[in-house]
Amino acid sequence: MELVILIVLSLVVIFSAVFAVIVKTLTSAVIASGAVGLFASVMYIIYDAPDVALTEAAIGSGLMTVVFFLILSRMRRDENG
Amino acid sequence: MAVTGIITGSLLILIGFYAILSKNNLMKMVIGFSLADTGVHIIIVALGYLKGRTAPILDSAALTANPETLVVDPVPQALVLTAIVIGFGITAIMLVFVWRLYEKYGTLEISRIGEAK
Amino acid sequence: MVRNLFIIFILAGVASMFAALALGYSDPVALGSAASHYVSKGLAELNGVNIVTSVVVTYRGLDTLGEVTVLFLTASILSFFLKNRSHETKSESSELLTTASKVIFPFIFMTGLYIVMNGHLTPGGGFQGGAVVASALLLLILADNKTDGSPTLFTVLESVSGIFYVGTGVAGLILAGGFLDATVLGAGITGRLLSAGAIPLISTLIGLKVGSELSTMLVKLKNASEV
Repeated sequence: MELVILIVLSLVVIFSAVFAVIVKTLTSAVIASGAVGLFASVMYIIYDAPDVALTEAAIGSGLMTVVFFLILSRMRRDENG
Repeated sequence: MAVTGIITGSLLILIGFYAILSKNNLMKMVIGFSLADTGVHIIIVALGYLKGRTAPILDSAALTANPETLVVDPVPQALVLTAIVIGFGITAIMLVFVWRLYEKYGTLEISRIGEAK
Repeated sequence: MVRNLFIIFILAGVASMFAALALGYSDPVALGSAASHYVSKGLAELNGVNIVTSVVVTYRGLDTLGEVTVLFLTASILSFFLKNRSHETKSESSELLTTASKVIFPFIFMTGLYIVMNGHLTPGGGFQGGAVVASALLLLILADNKTDGSPTLFTVLESVSGIFYVGTGVAGLILAGGFLDATVLGAGITGRLLSAGAIPLISTLIGLKVGSELSTMLVKLKNASEV
């Protein structure tokens, strides 16, 4: 049962990462990289690592996305080419 | 079950390296670096997982009596804790440099920055 | 064309390296020698229920000191490159937003402090709690455009907790087994809040330092100027 949950989470993580690299608008790419951090944090719970899950959810998914947006708000928002 | 984590982490590292090597936009390179970093952390935590055991917090009497056969490896988790925070700091510094480059050249594309010199 | 071929060559090399790791991987059946020492003797030597926090704070305490130093370096580099803008007028935020953020802020802050102080009993510790405290502060500075937290308080807090952290390590060198040895304070009763020697003290110092450093970084990033 845990293996099925883990495989579904892995597929979502890979899909979000591919989406973050391919999409043209930078805002969507940053939010997709935040989603990668969020689902990686759930994967850490299934691997019996609660401390790492706390840290990844707070820093990798919360603070990192905000820092990206604080810098992105001072420049153009879309990728040209 | 640890093999799933190793494959996911390896794919994340490959996707991150592809974004760093072939994308033209500086922000996409920083996003790719962050994705590769997350992939490395997933691989390390997956390598410390042992089947059928539980988290290394000895809060019940059954765990305290015989912990060596009942908990997963705590050392990779301690290493990844440190690595996540340091990865965040390095990404923040990279973003500040990207912003200074944008202030100076007016564009985020490395091809146009290379020509503008 | 040559560039694409080069990229495919590099990616294929990295992929083959990881394929060798994934295909030849067999699940381990027992803990390694260092990990089994930490797990079996950790509760007896240090009296901390959370083994990961014991490993991070005491057994691998020098790595944690290095990480705190790297975070300090990051905050310094960010402060060096981003200067404050003081001449630009900022827009006023609505009163609903500022009041609601001031109501929610204490709860998030208390959750962060709880995670920091209970690091040796439940999942938690200095870094996790420090990140949550920084998130609480981020809510305040994002909701109200004119506020800056309190930059002098953060600087003073960061320096003082850093000095006390190294001081605790040196006290361990003088009074107990070695640098950053947690048995410099009494072991106490297992499961109480004030137990496990100096681990709650070091966790609190790390939490304060990391929280104030991350808050300084966020305030500087928000106030970045047009140079």
